[in-house]
Amino acid sequence: MNETASSDDKTRRDFLLLSTITVGAVGAGLAAWPFVDVMNPAADTLALSTTEVDLAPIEVGQSITVVWQGRPVFIRYRTAAEIKEAEAVALSDLIDPQADKDRVQKPEWLIMVGICTHLGCIPLGQKANDPKGEFGGWFCPCHGSHYDTSGRIRKGPAPKNLVVPAYTFLTDTTIKIG
Amino acid sequence: MSNKFLENPVIKWIEYRLPVFSFINESVGSGYPTPKNLNYWWNFGSLAGIVLAIMVATGIVLAMNYTPHVDYAFESVERIMRDVNYGWLMRYIHMNGGSMFFIVVYIHLFRGMYYGSYKKPRELLWIIGIIIFLTMMATAFMGYVLPWGQQSFWAATVITNLFSAIPLIGEYIVTWLWGGFSVDNPTLNRFYAFHYLLPFVLFGLVFVHLWALHVHKSNNPLGIDIKGPQDTIPFHPYYTMKDLFGLGVFLIFFMFFVFFAPNFFGEPDNYIKANPMVTPTHIVPEWYFLPSYAVLRAVPDIWFISAKLGGVIGMFGFTLVLLLLPWLDRSPVRSAQFRPIYRQFFWVFVADCFILGWVGANTPDAVFYGIPFLWIGRVATVYYFGHILVLIPLISILEKPKTLPDSISAAVTAKGAAPDTAQGAAE
Repeated sequence: MNETASSDDKTRRDFLLLSTITVGAVGAGLAAWPFVDVMNPAADTLALSTTEVDLAPIEVGQSITVVWQGRPVFIRYRTAAEIKEAEAVALSDLIDPQADKDRVQKPEWLIMVGICTHLGCIPLGQKANDPKGEFGGWFCPCHGSHYDTSGRIRKGPAPKNLVVPAYTFLTDTTIKIG
Repeated sequence: MSNKFLENPVIKWIEYRLPVFSFINESVGSGYPTPKNLNYWWNFGSLAGIVLAIMVATGIVLAMNYTPHVDYAFESVERIMRDVNYGWLMRYIHMNGGSMFFIVVYIHLFRGMYYGSYKKPRELLWIIGIIIFLTMMATAFMGYVLPWGQQSFWAATVITNLFSAIPLIGEYIVTWLWGGFSVDNPTLNRFYAFHYLLPFVLFGLVFVHLWALHVHKSNNPLGIDIKGPQDTIPFHPYYTMKDLFGLGVFLIFFMFFVFFAPNFFGEPDNYIKANPMVTPTHIVPEWYFLPSYAVLRAVPDIWFISAKLGGVIGMFGFTLVLLLLPWLDRSPVRSAQFRPIYRQFFWVFVADCFILGWVGANTPDAVFYGIPFLWIGRVATVYYFGHILVLIPLISILEKPKTLPDSISAAVTAKGAAPDTAQGAAE
């Protein structure tokens, strides 16, 4: 009688201990989450997450840089020659294979985040007299990455093509990025 | 501490309730027995502590005049330089103090490696030291961001982007670190908060470091244990005086930079306000990060690990691998003085660290007499890890150490000195 009671007592103790620890750990985890999430982007930061751009003043062959989420976005009105050059590249020649048509909604408008995918520098090539690298697109001066006229990585340490952000054409000449 | 002092009724009254005076006496006073043969390399621990105190003292007055906002940070630093009374002095001491801190700590680390101070029973003391070093690096990095110059901004961008190399969750971690979608006001604010917090964490870690130190006492140039009172002298007045003398010499060196070359360790680009739209053509970290920066850039694509991820692993591994040192070095002899092979490789290792620093200061596509820096960096990186992970264990097993002296006292006093081990007698 006594033995049964004590072994019952033992399993009951174990159960109580384990369930207390489990519930305690879940509670501690839940209490810790706000302290983690408080460091994520705040509502006002998120509210600035879209940018509208009027494309009408941009001429063929010209590039502009706009700010989206504090980052530069390159918008290039590509010439027919640049589009042809970008489309003609074989996918097997690319470090991060992606067809030009998958990087644009309208072939003449190339829109991408102007941040080198290596370590976050801003590539050169937006201004007419900037170095444009060996592939006629952009060149990152920090560690020497070359991008082509579709913003794809062709040579250098960057692992990925320049990122194409989500954007929609609101009208023929206005876009909303984000 | 004299008995007369402890017999003072007020001191006695306090001591009975809070034994603070005997605690001080046994920590840094005449009640703390210290090996009698410590040389000047043993000054750098206390120097590091003093630099930490100088950094906190100058930091707090800078904080009273600094504004952690992207629109005002750069201007508030300029105001400190021009308008605040002695603001220029406070800032130059703080700025150069960061470099001094690393110089002192690097010497302290190399001293530990040369004299085998990390070996049993001081493994935890060593590990706490490495944690202190990591905390220092985080503090220095975040402090460098605060003036919000071009180098500040792009250092913050490049270093936080390193975390994007972590598979799957990397991008989320970077956004979380930034509190936004790029390095911006939220990032500056939290870096300021951490830069203020971490020095106090450092104080706590230093306390634990000293606690561990005082259990088994200081190592010494001979690397043999204290065998009795004849091997020691009281910390006060002998080493308090010696530390103070060293402090004087160190302050001459420190103040030379503060007064005559305050921007020697800095980058001129950091006097241009941060511009998120333009990257400076040549980004370099502060000099004390150059060796690990060289490792970051030296790693190529290896199998399925991209160069970016590999570089990040290498950069963090550069410091973390030191944690294993007490177990990689299997030699029972601590001091390199009695280890003829290890002693030579130690100096090769020091040279290798300097080479890595030199590589880190150059662009990777630069060339030195026909040899690309990239390859110099790769060879030096392989040597660095090879030294710690392969050479140290191998040497410690194969090398035949010289005969150790019987005791510290026998080796360093004229009475008991064998002629070839009397080097410490000058103490």
